[in-house]
Amino acid sequence: MTTVVTDNCRGCRFTDCVSVCPVEAFHYDDEMLYINPDVCIDCSACVPECPVEAIYEEDDLPDGQEHWVDINEERSQETPNLTETLEPLEGAEEKREALGL
Amino acid sequence: MSKLGSANNPLKVAIVGAGPSGFYAADALINSELKVEVNLLEKLCAPYGLVRTGVAPDHPLIKKSIEKFAVMAEPKEFNYFGNVNVGKDISVDELKETHHAVIITMGAETDRKLGIPGEDLQGSHTATEFVAWYNGHPEYRDRKFDLSHETAVIIGQGNVAADVARILAKTTDELKCTDISQHALDVLEDSKIKNIYIVGRRGPAQGAMTSKELKEFGDLWDCDTFVDPKDIILNQASKDELADRNGRAAKKIYELFCGYAEEKKPHKARQFPWTKPYVKPKKCHIQFLKSPVELKGNKKLDTVVFEKNALSGEPFKQSARGSGELEELKAGLLFRSIGYRGVALEGVPFHDAWGVIPNDKGRVLEDNENKVVVPQLYTAGWIKRGPSGIIGTNKACANETIAELIQDLEKLDDKKNKLGSKKIMEILNTNKVRYIDFIEWGVIDQQEVENGIPKGKPREKFTYTDEMLALLT
Repeated sequence: MTTVVTDNCRGCRFTDCVSVCPVEAFHYDDEMLYINPDVCIDCSACVPECPVEAIYEEDDLPDGQEHWVDINEERSQETPNLTETLEPLEGAEEKREALGL
Repeated sequence: MSKLGSANNPLKVAIVGAGPSGFYAADALINSELKVEVNLLEKLCAPYGLVRTGVAPDHPLIKKSIEKFAVMAEPKEFNYFGNVNVGKDISVDELKETHHAVIITMGAETDRKLGIPGEDLQGSHTATEFVAWYNGHPEYRDRKFDLSHETAVIIGQGNVAADVARILAKTTDELKCTDISQHALDVLEDSKIKNIYIVGRRGPAQGAMTSKELKEFGDLWDCDTFVDPKDIILNQASKDELADRNGRAAKKIYELFCGYAEEKKPHKARQFPWTKPYVKPKKCHIQFLKSPVELKGNKKLDTVVFEKNALSGEPFKQSARGSGELEELKAGLLFRSIGYRGVALEGVPFHDAWGVIPNDKGRVLEDNENKVVVPQLYTAGWIKRGPSGIIGTNKACANETIAELIQDLEKLDDKKNKLGSKKIMEILNTNKVRYIDFIEWGVIDQQEVENGIPKGKPREKFTYTDEMLALLT
């Protein structure tokens, strides 16, 4: 099992999750974050940190979101590691509001 | 003298307690713009705090965070002083005298008490004692737990309660390849515990475990988990809580409780005693809305008296109140797991009711009322904010403290020459304290790993300080 970042992160990239990850498992590109499943220890510290509820334990993924497991695995291999928080992307707050969160 | 935090005048910081918060604080300082010297002092020989002595042995992945802490200990700015009891071997005042700042990260060492008659009967324990015992904590190594009873009761439904219940419920075959200490495995091997009750004062909508931990109760080899179907009926306020978006996590947990209430197989089997029932030999009962009001027995615990509770109040503000209705449960073993609390350290303010050091974002205060900052003193982790959150939560917590400390840099510079680690060594040598550095810890660590190999365990911990020191020349 692993923990995965899903669609809600796209265009937000709040990175609150990064500040509590004990093993620096997060990676990032211009749009969003990804979790490296080989590094993640399944502690779930990041899950409640996300302001847009983008992070799920694999077991708890909503229906139709299962493909994010593979995306996290693949993209985390291709993108740089993120060990410190970043400013959220421009428009992140608007997206959060649009999501009703 | 050069500016504090420069190469000629490094910022010298002592950190008390080598758990996650201590390591995160050290790491944040070392990775700051400043030149620093960080001296991490730890009561035990072994570093890593609750990751070593708290995290359950059957959660090995979580323990992998230790690898990151070990890397944090590598820089030359980092010094480790294991087997040093601050307050006894060296005082906080001495640390303040010899460092620009002192950070207290000693966690929450003890349990909250139930405060009911009979709490000190034989057979009534704290969950922390049991956890520290099976995890090989030297101070708890020689505790005795009598597992010759059939029934064990755990008061509280948080993560520690779940760990204790799981260790009691598992077979030794499920545990023998973990880093559980051998002395504990030997006692568990002869355990007669068949019934485990995990009792919470509130309802199934206010569950305090994580869903992951709750799911583990469905995967036990020799133990079935039950919730009484009557117990999952909710009042309106609890229904409202689960329907609210802030109740997302609680809803997931409630659904898992419902799953354990629906398990039909064992119930059916009981109705047909002429067929061999498919029932596992141990049973774990998760019960709600009950608080212990008395522990009875002649020297030894034999009965737990519960009062049933009712919830009242607005959604998310419901409290459990006693209904006056009592019930008894025969049990010879009880663990209370109703929250940790910190312990005071001489020379550091302490808020006794909350069990934490009064502080503002990690700056230690004289007390919570007058808000007067105590110069040089800082805190992080559970002793700063109370016992909530998990390993990684302490990273953000320690980073906050270090950011405040760095803001205070000018105030910390009293222009006196601070001798840091040199002076610590001098004081400890004078007091004849056998402290260990990180290289020596590495020797002990390596030997533990080697001792685990023949048993197929990731390590066999040394459980006596003398055994560890004997490895070192």
